[in-house]
Amino acid sequence: MLASDHPARPDVLLEFDDLGIRFGGNQAVQGVTGRITPGVITAIIGPNGAGKSTFFNLISGFYKPTSGRILFGGQDITKAPTHEVVRLGIARTFQTTTIYKELSVLENAVLGHRVRTNSGLWDALLGTGRERRQRAASTEAAHVALARAGLAGQEHTLAGNLTQEAQKRVSIAMALATEPKVLLLDEPAAGINPEETVNLTRTIRELAAGGLTVVLIEHKMSMIMTLADHIMVLHHGQKIAEGSPQQVSRDPAVIEAYLGGHAEPHVKQAATEELAAEQAQIQGGHHA
Amino acid sequence: MTNKLQQAAVSNTAARRNVMQSGWPWLLVAVLAALLPQVIHNTYINDVAINVMIWSVAAYGMNVMLGYAGLLPLAHAGFFGIGAYAVGILTLKLGWNFWLAWPVGVLICSLLGLLLGLIAFRTRDDVFAILTLGIGVIITQVINKWDALTGGNDGLNGVQPPQFFGIDMGKSAHFYYLTLVTLAVVIFLVARVRNSLFGRSLIAIRGGEDLARSAGINVYTHKLRVMMLSTGLAGLAGGLYAVYIGFLGAAVTGPATTFTILLYLLVGGVGTLTGPLLGTLIIRVLQQSIQGLQDYQYIVFGPLLVVLVMFFPAGLAGIWTRVQAARSARIGQGSKEVQDAGV
Amino acid sequence: MILFLQQFINALSLGGAYSLVALGLTLVYGVMRIPNFAHGGLYMVGAYLTWALLSTLGVPYFFALGISAVVMALFAALLERVVFYPLRAAPHIHPMIAAIGVLFFLEAGVQLIWGPDFKPMSSPFGGVIQAAGLTITGQRVLIIAASVVVMGVLYYFLKRTLVGSTIEAMAQNREGARLVGINVNRVAALTFGISGALAAIAASLIAPTSLVSPSMGEVMNLKVFAIIVLGGMGSVPGAIVGAFLLAFAETFGGVLVGTDFADVVGFALLVIVLVIKPQGLFRRTT
Repeated sequence: MLASDHPARPDVLLEFDDLGIRFGGNQAVQGVTGRITPGVITAIIGPNGAGKSTFFNLISGFYKPTSGRILFGGQDITKAPTHEVVRLGIARTFQTTTIYKELSVLENAVLGHRVRTNSGLWDALLGTGRERRQRAASTEAAHVALARAGLAGQEHTLAGNLTQEAQKRVSIAMALATEPKVLLLDEPAAGINPEETVNLTRTIRELAAGGLTVVLIEHKMSMIMTLADHIMVLHHGQKIAEGSPQQVSRDPAVIEAYLGGHAEPHVKQAATEELAAEQAQIQGGHHA
Repeated sequence: MTNKLQQAAVSNTAARRNVMQSGWPWLLVAVLAALLPQVIHNTYINDVAINVMIWSVAAYGMNVMLGYAGLLPLAHAGFFGIGAYAVGILTLKLGWNFWLAWPVGVLICSLLGLLLGLIAFRTRDDVFAILTLGIGVIITQVINKWDALTGGNDGLNGVQPPQFFGIDMGKSAHFYYLTLVTLAVVIFLVARVRNSLFGRSLIAIRGGEDLARSAGINVYTHKLRVMMLSTGLAGLAGGLYAVYIGFLGAAVTGPATTFTILLYLLVGGVGTLTGPLLGTLIIRVLQQSIQGLQDYQYIVFGPLLVVLVMFFPAGLAGIWTRVQAARSARIGQGSKEVQDAGV
Repeated sequence: MILFLQQFINALSLGGAYSLVALGLTLVYGVMRIPNFAHGGLYMVGAYLTWALLSTLGVPYFFALGISAVVMALFAALLERVVFYPLRAAPHIHPMIAAIGVLFFLEAGVQLIWGPDFKPMSSPFGGVIQAAGLTITGQRVLIIAASVVVMGVLYYFLKRTLVGSTIEAMAQNREGARLVGINVNRVAALTFGISGALAAIAASLIAPTSLVSPSMGEVMNLKVFAIIVLGGMGSVPGAIVGAFLLAFAETFGGVLVGTDFADVVGFALLVIVLVIKPQGLFRRTT
């Protein structure tokens, strides 16, 4: 369980131990233990209402857990405020695209870099060298982030005027500008068409190939199967399965969760076989 | 509908930045303003102008909170009063030089603003409004009752205008220039803040606190700093007011004054660089013309606040932006493009 | 000891009246999700209406109170429809500013019509009750009795009627109420109306024990906001507990700091509490 146990990239190791949160009478997430393997793409799946977004909110510091703890790079970040978690290197996007629609694309990205600057009110008033330097650095970082997110050339467009897909890329760019070690994407492909989904999948793979640890919540199975190296399944706020895509797609508990456990045995068998077949097909294309 | 309002209100700043980038219009205004007392030898007009400028400074102070950070500082006039009384008491009762008392007053206001922020910003935003409203009333009450320090109900009388290297600043034209320079510096600094990394973070906080937090912005410290700036500016205006009017009473420190400044902002355009000056100018001139009915001005101003917030939340500067946008759309320029502030 | 009991009774009656004002405000918060700064204005106009009916038209006290309550209920509902409903989707600052505009308009209006001076209101129970060495004015007894009755009626309404439980559900948890299918907007005007009536009744009950003035609205605003922040915004029991807490703090604190500062005792209390516990004394569900 110690960061030093893990051979590769201990500083990027995100671990959670018996993590849970309770809202009033509702235990939204419970007893989730595990780790996010650095340098690979992890997908978090589960039926609607499984607590996936809540889980993201917990590990990104947006919610404070009522039980358990979170460690990042060996450091306990359970009680860390949101902006501190970002500073330490965990960035996230939101499900309903949350960007500043009234600002330009570039301005959105520049905001992401604020966490890497410390130019304050005095610097602003006096126009210090620090302010000038850091503003230039932020602009530079924003351009880089936008390029990585596939938005080069759109810098001065009003963010609210963009397509859904482009807006999602803006939120990714904002997250990238924070210079994260871990990137959490909450349903990045929600509400975009198949072609856009393919484009976005490519972008995400490129980001991961660049060394970024990516965690994503998604419902689009084709996207999950092509992208994910590792899958974690949540149901009713608890982790019910974990492993490679092949392992997970054959896991009876997972199938049970998605089909509700009420299906006839032969239906479940058929579904399992179908899933395995689809898996094999995509797997074939995966290594092409 | 909210989106359009918000877009209009906040992209006010976008259009304003266009003009601001080229500072020429401001320079022109400054030159014209500097020439005014030379050309028009009218002490009444001078007086109105000085009043407009002093209250504009106060309005800019409120604008950094409301227009940039999206917070409603309902104790603003209280800090104005603290700045005024600080100068009044330090010069009158302790014999301090105005030029020392004035910045000290500003410092006191900033520190008290910080103190208030430390308490208020840990609570939710609507509690912040309530808290500042109450603090505003408490400040007025304390000033009113603390006879020994502030003269209580009788007020503080006989605050002297300052001297500047032998020049008597009390003379109308001289004080005009003092106020003009002060306002010019304030506008310059506020513009700087707006375009800085700090200022952009404020705009982000206004646009959505949770998103700002998730982007890594330390919302709490940003709010504390902007509060210090806001109360400092209020104190700056107050200090000038004290030596200009020469007489101080608790009434000017109360919520009614805060809401009047709010009215200036709303009329001119919240979050813009011209808004505070524009709104103050228009409403104060209006107030001058209904001199005798001071107590009843809210019969008009009350509904005006409501109408403004319902139909013209972006103020006059907002109407200007919309006209601009409509014009450029007709000419065929892509209204999709947005000018960034010096980025 | 006698003094203590005397003040105790005073605090009870004050608490009862404050409860009515606070209850109205907290229910409205459930609808608006924003502090209604105009509430103090409703309170003040309610007092003036009763006073005007009493002194200039010679209407008997209870009728005047009743008419005032009805008029303020209608006015408050109108306010909701005309001002706050259109602003329901606007950024929170906007309806707050609108409420302030209304408050100041009402204050200026009242001053224009009736002048800025303080006006006394005579109590229908001018006499005093002498019991166990205590001197209790009839008005205070009336306040205690009336507030209990009104709170009882309100309780019945909130718990036993469909509309009432809707309103209470909204006050506690607006999102939850909407998810269950409650039409939030339809009950809004009614809730405002109730708050107007409660404010008018409370104002008319208190007025004979103090004075009627244009600034009484602003003063009450301070107190009632302190109450609901302390008690938890949207919480019905919190409003009542907070009201009595404030009444006792004011009554007994007023003995210590003098009547000059008694009005701000509540607010000072609020500030102290917020330093220690920024969420207030009671936790809200949402």
